[in-house]
Amino acid sequence: MASETTTGLPYADRFAAIAATLPGQSVPWLRELREDSFARFAQLGLPTPRVEQWKYTNLHPLTKAGFEPAVVNGQGRGQIKALQPLSSLLPAEEPAHRLVFVNGLFRRDLSEIGALPEGVRLDGLGEALASEAESLAPMLGRAVRSGDNALLALNTALMADGCILRIGRGVSIDAPIHLVFVGAAEETALAFHPRNLIVAERDSRAVIFESHVASNGGVYWSNPVTEVTVEDGAEIQHYKFQDESLDAFHIALTEVEIGERGRYHSFVMTSGGRLSRQEIRAVLDGKGAECRLTGGYLARGKQHVDNTTEIVHAKPHTTSKEVYKGVLDEQGRAVFQGKIIVEKDAQKSDGHQLNRTLLLSDRAEIDTKPELEIYADDVKCSHGATAGELEESALFYLRARGIDETAARRMLIEAFLGDLGEDLASATVKAALQRRVSNWLAAI
Amino acid sequence: MLEVKNLHVTVDGQPILKGLDLSVGAGEVHAIMGPNGSGKSTLAYVLAGREGYEVTEGSILYQGRDLLDLSPEERARDGIFLAFQYPVEIPGVGTNSFLKTAVNAVRKHRGERELDAMEFMKLMREKRDLLGVNEEMLRRSLNVGFSGGEKKRTEILQMALLDPKLAVLDETDSGLDIDALKIVAEGVNALRSPDRAMVLITHYQRLLNYIVPDKVHVLAAGCIAKSGGKELAHQLEKEGYGDLAGKTGAAA
Ligand SMILES: Nc1ncnc2c1ncn2[C@@H]1O[C@H](COP(=O)(O)OP(=O)(O)O)[C@@H](O)[C@H]1O
Ligand SMILES: [Mg+2]
Repeated sequence: MASETTTGLPYADRFAAIAATLPGQSVPWLRELREDSFARFAQLGLPTPRVEQWKYTNLHPLTKAGFEPAVVNGQGRGQIKALQPLSSLLPAEEPAHRLVFVNGLFRRDLSEIGALPEGVRLDGLGEALASEAESLAPMLGRAVRSGDNALLALNTALMADGCILRIGRGVSIDAPIHLVFVGAAEETALAFHPRNLIVAERDSRAVIFESHVASNGGVYWSNPVTEVTVEDGAEIQHYKFQDESLDAFHIALTEVEIGERGRYHSFVMTSGGRLSRQEIRAVLDGKGAECRLTGGYLARGKQHVDNTTEIVHAKPHTTSKEVYKGVLDEQGRAVFQGKIIVEKDAQKSDGHQLNRTLLLSDRAEIDTKPELEIYADDVKCSHGATAGELEESALFYLRARGIDETAARRMLIEAFLGDLGEDLASATVKAALQRRVSNWLAAI
Repeated sequence: MLEVKNLHVTVDGQPILKGLDLSVGAGEVHAIMGPNGSGKSTLAYVLAGREGYEVTEGSILYQGRDLLDLSPEERARDGIFLAFQYPVEIPGVGTNSFLKTAVNAVRKHRGERELDAMEFMKLMREKRDLLGVNEEMLRRSLNVGFSGGEKKRTEILQMALLDPKLAVLDETDSGLDIDALKIVAEGVNALRSPDRAMVLITHYQRLLNYIVPDKVHVLAAGCIAKSGGKELAHQLEKEGYGDLAGKTGAAA
């Protein structure tokens, strides 16, 4: 194994060899895109805490795991050993179109895509890259606004598969689309870089659930990038449950572009992963666009959970509402960085942000950093952040009524997280959230 | 029922109770009166087992057993009930589900069957009407947005539901108008029984017109400065605590 590499990732130094086996290498623009992206990554290297946006999340452990690519010659490495029934991931009565990815590779054999309305394209990205790359040219990179982002560059260089979802004008997909990403660890630590492309054309509508789960624990690294374009009048509800292996790394970037009167509602629940980050960057790029970001996080042991968001109000009359709440026990660490930018033209815009963390142990830690950059003068913006312990007076009150200490603590924690689900439109997601919380609380 | 002997309690290293004696028998109602800051709530919290109230000397026996080793929840299940002077607001915890959890925790400890939702509702309806607590209140978060009077009535409702052996009511009368006071007093009187003891902590003698105590004690500067029958309350009403407080050197 290489000792010191330029990129900080040993396997990335064999890029040329790996790239040769990736889908779409015969397509010049795609090959070039991968090469340029890799050069960018090599130049930037893995971000260190010296990089402002990575001040509180240190990726150093990634360099020590000696990752190998999960896809070799189009073949996925890693076997599913024991996996909960996929249908149990959503406690739903409602049927869903389900796409399953194992170590980043689309597995048609495990997936179930029902009849879709006309004008909808729902498929794996890998085959499309190999056989009809041209059709992807207008989608790939469309929602990306990040400049220097090493992990995005790495994803673009090495993406092997993912999900394509394109919803045609005015089309509503009633059944939710369920994307299941299974991490199946091997002896060697595997890395994968799924790329999801989602385009909701004018006045279309869809609900997307993402589940990130592990089949058998262990170390792996998932580096997904999801691009979402919400055109004028369209609406996307995007729910994500990150339940990776407790030894896994999950560094996700979601880039969203929202047009006039478009609505994007995101909910991200993180309870898995040893080190994880969910970065969401949304641009409200049309009059009346709306973005709602809700997030919950539960961490214990030595888990590290980072939620980083950036919302840009680029046009007038845009609204954003952001609520992140979490509970940290033992040596759990969380990071919340929430930036709201209101550009000069974005008059009459509303931006509200709240981050609240409950610390159950004095070794738990939260770094929270709200940032408002407001260049318009007629706007309403607010932010708030709190971190604290359970209130002794409330705990005593419950115990003085005969409720034992553990049950009382659980009641108060559930109460703290309670309103996270309030704004969620999906009863299925509320139930899934409830179940995550009770599972987590059972170990308190 | 309750034997408190030479009780010394410190809070944050500050001595608050300094050798308090109190003996309450089954079926008795005792009133404890005293100026603000004399240690009445401290006594209530010590009986209920609150952390941070350190007993440095003395003993508390409850039904012949040492109380001090028991956690707050064990005491509650064994029949000790504290009506809080300031009931705690707990957003996100529904009043109804909290009450059901509490009732079942206590029932389980007593070897009684836990109540299901229907049975609990029935019990609740009975007790609720007694105290004029309306259903809508019980659907809200615990004590959140309740008026002072509603909070106090809910405390007594909890007492009625939990059916304690020893009830300590900490200034349940303060902040109540006369009508609310009457409702609360009726609720308390309905719970008087030969096998239940009550300690009424109050600042005014007013409450004692409605709940007539067997004994009245004056707490001043961390000790019982004087004890007597119900007429002591009237005397205090006329003469104030000044004298008693002075005698024990308290700067109330
Ligand atoms: N948590 C606390 N920390 C420090 N001092 C306290 C605390 N609670 C009460 N005290 C002090 O203890 C004394 C008795 O208070 P308390 O028992 O509440 O009196 P009462 O209920 O008779 O008004 C007061 O001097 C008060 O300031
Ligand atoms: Mg008091």
